[in-house]
Amino acid sequence: MVVCFLIHTVCPVSALSAGESRILYSRVFGPEERDPTEAGLNPEQRRVVQKERLAVVARQVRSAVCLSREASGNVCVETVLGEEAVALGEAESGVLSLGSGEPFAGRTVVLWLAVHALAFTLVCQPHENLLLAEGTLRNLARHCLEELRLLGPGSEVLLKSDRVDAMLQRLLPHGQLLFLNHRFTHGLERDLSAYMSK
Amino acid sequence: MYATGTESLIKQARDIQEEELQKFYGRISKLLRSTKEHGNEAVDSLQRLHLIVSATKYARTLPPDLLKSLQALLRSPTCPEHLQVLSSSILRESLPLSVHSLSTDFTSDVRTISYLATVVLSQAASKEELTFLSQYLLKNLESRQPEGQIPRHTLPILSKMISFTPEILKEDQVNLVSRKLVDWLRYASVQQSTSISSGGFFAGPRARQPVPMTEVDGAVVGDFFTVLCVGQSYTEDQWMNMYAFSMIRKWLLTYDTEGASAGDSAQLKRTQISESQNQDDRSEVDSSVMSMVSATSSASRLLPPKERLREKAFEYCQRLIEQSDRKALKRTDTELQKACLVESVAIMDLICCEDSSYVYRAFPCIKALYGRLSGDLLFARALLPIAQFYLNHSETAAVDSEAVFRQLFGAFPAELFNEPMLAFEFVQFCRLNEAVLKDSVALCRQSFPNLLKFLAWNSPALIAEFVELLPSLLAPETAIELLHTLLDLPCLAASLELQQRSASYQPSERVQWDQGGKLAACLEAFRQPSYRGLFLYILRPEAGTGDTIDRLSALHEILAPMGESPRVLHCAQIVPVLLHVYFNNVTQFADGKLLNQLLLVLLERSGLLYNVKTFPTEVQRVFSTHLRALCKLHPALIIDQHRELLDFTASTANIYSKEDFYTHMVWVIGEYLSVTYDSRCTVELITSYFESLEAVLFEVTQVRRSASPPSYSPRVITVLMTTLAKLASRSQDLIPRASLSLSKLRSFSCSEVVAASYSEDDREELVTRAHELINLLKLPNVAQFVLAPSAPGDSTRWHRDTNTSLPQGMKAINDLLHKQSSFLPA
Repeated sequence: MVVCFLIHTVCPVSALSAGESRILYSRVFGPEERDPTEAGLNPEQRRVVQKERLAVVARQVRSAVCLSREASGNVCVETVLGEEAVALGEAESGVLSLGSGEPFAGRTVVLWLAVHALAFTLVCQPHENLLLAEGTLRNLARHCLEELRLLGPGSEVLLKSDRVDAMLQRLLPHGQLLFLNHRFTHGLERDLSAYMSK
Repeated sequence: MYATGTESLIKQARDIQEEELQKFYGRISKLLRSTKEHGNEAVDSLQRLHLIVSATKYARTLPPDLLKSLQALLRSPTCPEHLQVLSSSILRESLPLSVHSLSTDFTSDVRTISYLATVVLSQAASKEELTFLSQYLLKNLESRQPEGQIPRHTLPILSKMISFTPEILKEDQVNLVSRKLVDWLRYASVQQSTSISSGGFFAGPRARQPVPMTEVDGAVVGDFFTVLCVGQSYTEDQWMNMYAFSMIRKWLLTYDTEGASAGDSAQLKRTQISESQNQDDRSEVDSSVMSMVSATSSASRLLPPKERLREKAFEYCQRLIEQSDRKALKRTDTELQKACLVESVAIMDLICCEDSSYVYRAFPCIKALYGRLSGDLLFARALLPIAQFYLNHSETAAVDSEAVFRQLFGAFPAELFNEPMLAFEFVQFCRLNEAVLKDSVALCRQSFPNLLKFLAWNSPALIAEFVELLPSLLAPETAIELLHTLLDLPCLAASLELQQRSASYQPSERVQWDQGGKLAACLEAFRQPSYRGLFLYILRPEAGTGDTIDRLSALHEILAPMGESPRVLHCAQIVPVLLHVYFNNVTQFADGKLLNQLLLVLLERSGLLYNVKTFPTEVQRVFSTHLRALCKLHPALIIDQHRELLDFTASTANIYSKEDFYTHMVWVIGEYLSVTYDSRCTVELITSYFESLEAVLFEVTQVRRSASPPSYSPRVITVLMTTLAKLASRSQDLIPRASLSLSKLRSFSCSEVVAASYSEDDREELVTRAHELINLLKLPNVAQFVLAPSAPGDSTRWHRDTNTSLPQGMKAINDLLHKQSSFLPA
């Protein structure tokens, strides 16, 4: 199962200290495995703990993206609205594992896909089929880039976050990775575009 | 692409004033109450509300009436999806919790249930809070409704629930779901859904003729439906088939791994099962053409649900493996085939682990699959689960797995080190199976030079995994070579980079870190036959060609310009971490012989390191720490290796090039060269160490006018002084010579040259220390006590600082001598 999906920055953000990442969208799927130490927390505190966990993941991914870009020495090519396929083709991807308690109660595997200043991140449980997760992540990223016009200058990612919810509801329902052949995908995407066009 | 506007929106949402927020809440409540048909305005407001509640990590509390309206919106089956999405996401992000108020009589609308479930799942903190939802879903399954009435997301929701708490389902409920899974997996229809293909205006009833599904290559489906069957549109049971396969591994992992049904007991049950348990058997008549897979499963109807599911899942996987051999028309389906292969083999492995009778049925299929894929490195990732299968079952089936592992540990790391995902999965495979690999696949340990290629190339992503994996790669026979290889890791990264570029490099290519074409020169060297041996050694696939090579410094020289490559730098940063892990583990099994060898490697390699930024200094620091640990564990080292140690300490050049390591070396000599530790410690040996160090102290403290100020820290001098005093106290004939050496420190400290580089405090400290030691040596018996090594184990040390136990000891003696001590009776 997927634990959560994030869209966050991997570029410097003026209001944040170096190495921090701004989370623009986050979705945690379902009840999390909990630390026994958190048993006494009230809902408000639980929420703070959860958000801080996501921030840890975003930071880790950010540094992984930076290191990976540094190592590959690739020069980023600027892309604009309409060039989503190019941007996705040049996107870098990677994986890292987080030990138990760092920050989730159980061990997790983090998949990321970095497109320019943003990263799309899936946190998975350890037994997950990473090949499938990678395909799902790429597909989600493509939809997000297109539907939220992420290559443009707007702020749809904040104001139209329901679009991401609707995407996840179809392509990754409740964190379940799906084995979708192109016709299943087609069916879901037709349904999705009906949602987007309304 | 990340605009400043976005940042200011977040700020606005966070900084909104309470009063303004309450007004906004009120406005939305009114809006939601006032009209039945909510238009764009409602959507827009809810989108803003979502931003406000989700922008901070601190929860916002919604007023009760707004909360109620949102919950009502979410529950209403007639509500447009936009509003349902928004209200569910707002409820998830805000307080008070909605999990209880939403967990009452659900509507039967399929979409609504799923959105409701997102809130319930995200807010539930215990099993109890999920019970209502799970009961509802199960009741739906039980009531044998037509597929359209069963929420499509039933399986994903259940899957999420069981990964949180498997106990949520009772035995009979597990059986119920297992039976349903069998139905969906094995008996979904193989015709396309007719709802879409109902034809145009002129199309008569003929258009409603059932159209069969096709395989990914376009052939008509010849067996039961799977996720690799393609059609214009799908029926509900085909959708459920897809959801069922997506969750089946999780399900089997959760409910089929208790080991209650081993091979023979399953066999027994098979014969005992009565007909009554076959109530869910559907007809298999609609699949007229049977493939091999279907033909093998006739008796399975008599099995209990769990085992029947196992059987059907097994057949499904076999069919997927067959189907993956087809050439897909769409690229995305080719990708899906690979993912299906990974999943199928993993599921078959799981089933075989539970019931070994499947091993014999599985192996022909797995073997054939391996034969099909092994030649193509594009399928490398699918080969990992196959290797896992061989690892778990080849012994049971008496199948030879040598070739599989030879390819795995040979070709993969050597050729695919630059594939980050494969590297990760490979290392994870090694880590998860380290115990088995250690015992049964000798090749794994032997291949550490190859495995480290993954790390050298992907160091930031893999370091955590390798820290865990490293201990399992350690063995007495390879310990020394492994240590050399770890130290050569940055060289390996540089060589891999050259290897990678030498295939494709164009002189016009610009590399970010490469200023002035150094890379081209390195590549030139890489291709030169005279250096071939060096690179072949660094890039060797297996251990055993020798611990290290003579011309390592030549290699370091050739690779010097590569020191700016980020990959090499990343690698250099992780080596100290790995060295700590290495030493902490090697000392657990090392005998005297190995410890002696290790000490020699420390001496040799402390000066033979790839000069990348601070790499040599960092490594020497680790060496220092572990030098102390090694000598503590085995003090005889000081005597066994006295020739090498004398050579090392006698050379003042070592002070300049590796001060920290040198200082520690001198300290361990003073601490462990004692008859307390080793009866072979003779007066002659102490004298030869003493004389050697005496000469060094003399040389470094010699004051010449022309001399440049000392570039080493005062610490080296104090440690030398103390060590001389320690040795003198153990062979008292040396005391006058020690005192003489120490007495020269005053003039050293007062000289102008020294004043230029040491602070006032440091110089004073040097003089005081020398003075203290001289005074102490005047009382040889006391000196012997104060400067003696602390007895191992049971000592109550004065304090922990290993360098300066002296002042404390002296203070205590001073107190004793002046009879002012509270230790003494009055």
